[in-house]
Amino acid sequence: MSVPLITILGRMTLALLATIGAVTTFSVQAVRQAVQPPYYRRQILRQMLEIGYYSLPVVGLTAIFTGMVLALQSYTGFARFSAESAIPNVVVVSLTRELGPVLAGLMVAGRVGAAMAAEIGTMRVTEQIDALSTLSTDPFKYLVAPRLLAGIVTLPLLVLVADIIGVLGGYVVSVYKLEFNDAAYLRNTLDFLQFQDVLSGLVKAAVFGFLITLMGCYHGYTSKGGAQGVGAATTNAVVSASILILTFNYFITEAFFAR
Amino acid sequence: MTAPKISLRGVTKSFGAKKVLTGIDLDIAQGESMVVIGGSGSGKSVLLKCILGLMHPDSGSIRIDGQEVVDLNDRGRARVMKKFGMLFQGGALFDSLRVWENVAFGPIQSDGMEPDKAREVAIAKLGAVGLGPEIGDLFPSELSGGMQKRVALARAIAREPEIIFFDEPTTGLDPIMADVINELIVKSVSDLGATAISITHDMASARKIGHRIGMLFDGKLIWQGPVGEIDRSGNAHVEQFIHGRADGPIKMQVRKL
Repeated sequence: MSVPLITILGRMTLALLATIGAVTTFSVQAVRQAVQPPYYRRQILRQMLEIGYYSLPVVGLTAIFTGMVLALQSYTGFARFSAESAIPNVVVVSLTRELGPVLAGLMVAGRVGAAMAAEIGTMRVTEQIDALSTLSTDPFKYLVAPRLLAGIVTLPLLVLVADIIGVLGGYVVSVYKLEFNDAAYLRNTLDFLQFQDVLSGLVKAAVFGFLITLMGCYHGYTSKGGAQGVGAATTNAVVSASILILTFNYFITEAFFAR
Repeated sequence: MTAPKISLRGVTKSFGAKKVLTGIDLDIAQGESMVVIGGSGSGKSVLLKCILGLMHPDSGSIRIDGQEVVDLNDRGRARVMKKFGMLFQGGALFDSLRVWENVAFGPIQSDGMEPDKAREVAIAKLGAVGLGPEIGDLFPSELSGGMQKRVALARAIAREPEIIFFDEPTTGLDPIMADVINELIVKSVSDLGATAISITHDMASARKIGHRIGMLFDGKLIWQGPVGEIDRSGNAHVEQFIHGRADGPIKMQVRKL
């Protein structure tokens, strides 16, 4: 017997609301534990290293090629109406406002979000999280809070580096391939760049850092079963973080730049 | 008469429609070693997790030293947890930490002990379970199953708890290593003067580590008594379980091929 469409929609709505409720409860508890002492400083530093330092190569590569392609594409488009001089502006604004935070966020979601979900998920299914509780250690405080704090602090730093590398990529292509004057390119870049461009990108990065680590921790913490459950948690962490990054990117952009 | 160290009254727990615990009444005296036996899926682990506070029972009362612990807040729960030590079935060692850091985890993170002092304590506890100091610098993944169990036991006793929980302590071990672990459990509990509650389906282990045995079936403790009386329990379920017979009142849910 086929199930009526309204029943399916009803179930999906209830499941969605239940998930939103669970994630919200988890977030509130995680944030509460993150702001209350004691702080596990060693754990926070370890996570900052993991999220920031070890993500530098992949984010750097993404940024440099994005900057290079952006310069190349802008040139082929702008040359049609003799607007090549706008290339430095386009490269730096695109990178600082949008591409830097979004691409770095997506790359870190793939690298760090997945690893977090896998690590915490494995700890869940092997009872290591229960073991923390029996050792009078709050798993939220020890596992979740340091990751959230590290994500919020480290991703803006990572994006700042990505912005610089991306602009450098655009500079290299513009100067060495498209034969721009190097001093003029740099002057145009700096003249056109506004503080708000960088600030909006860094705010986005901090929010994305929170979302990536929250999704990694949530899906890992709530994973069930064995290897299959951990695998599902990993996938869900990356997919949900990526969707949230793109969604929040729109709203933050609107908050900063909508007129 | 002194109050029991652990006291349970009418503890129930369900998962959806499945009733796992249907009213557990149990008293465990100070210094007593209680073993709960029962088949797979009989609710032994759920019972243990309810006492530990890792699961919230649907109803009933759980008292530790006369204090109700079911609805404790975070601070109260942390205070009670300091009395507990737990040996998990799979060891549950933190695989990102070295062996000595695992053993010293409770003293450092919860009791604020200095790492150098905690390392000395960890090495002493490793010695108490028959492991040399050189093991301390290894990672759990570098150890055999039996050694991991010993390290987990060292971690469970590192804070000298008043109550120690053992979840299937001999599962997955060969009979000789299982007996070594059983002897270490008996010695550790006796040295600390701790109260112990163990769950197992290994009868050799139950006879060795327990003063008293209770059998869990269908969500209830259907029999409990001193370990010496289990062979004349007069209970058909217990008889079937301790002799490992397929025929009897306990029916396994096995689908015919």
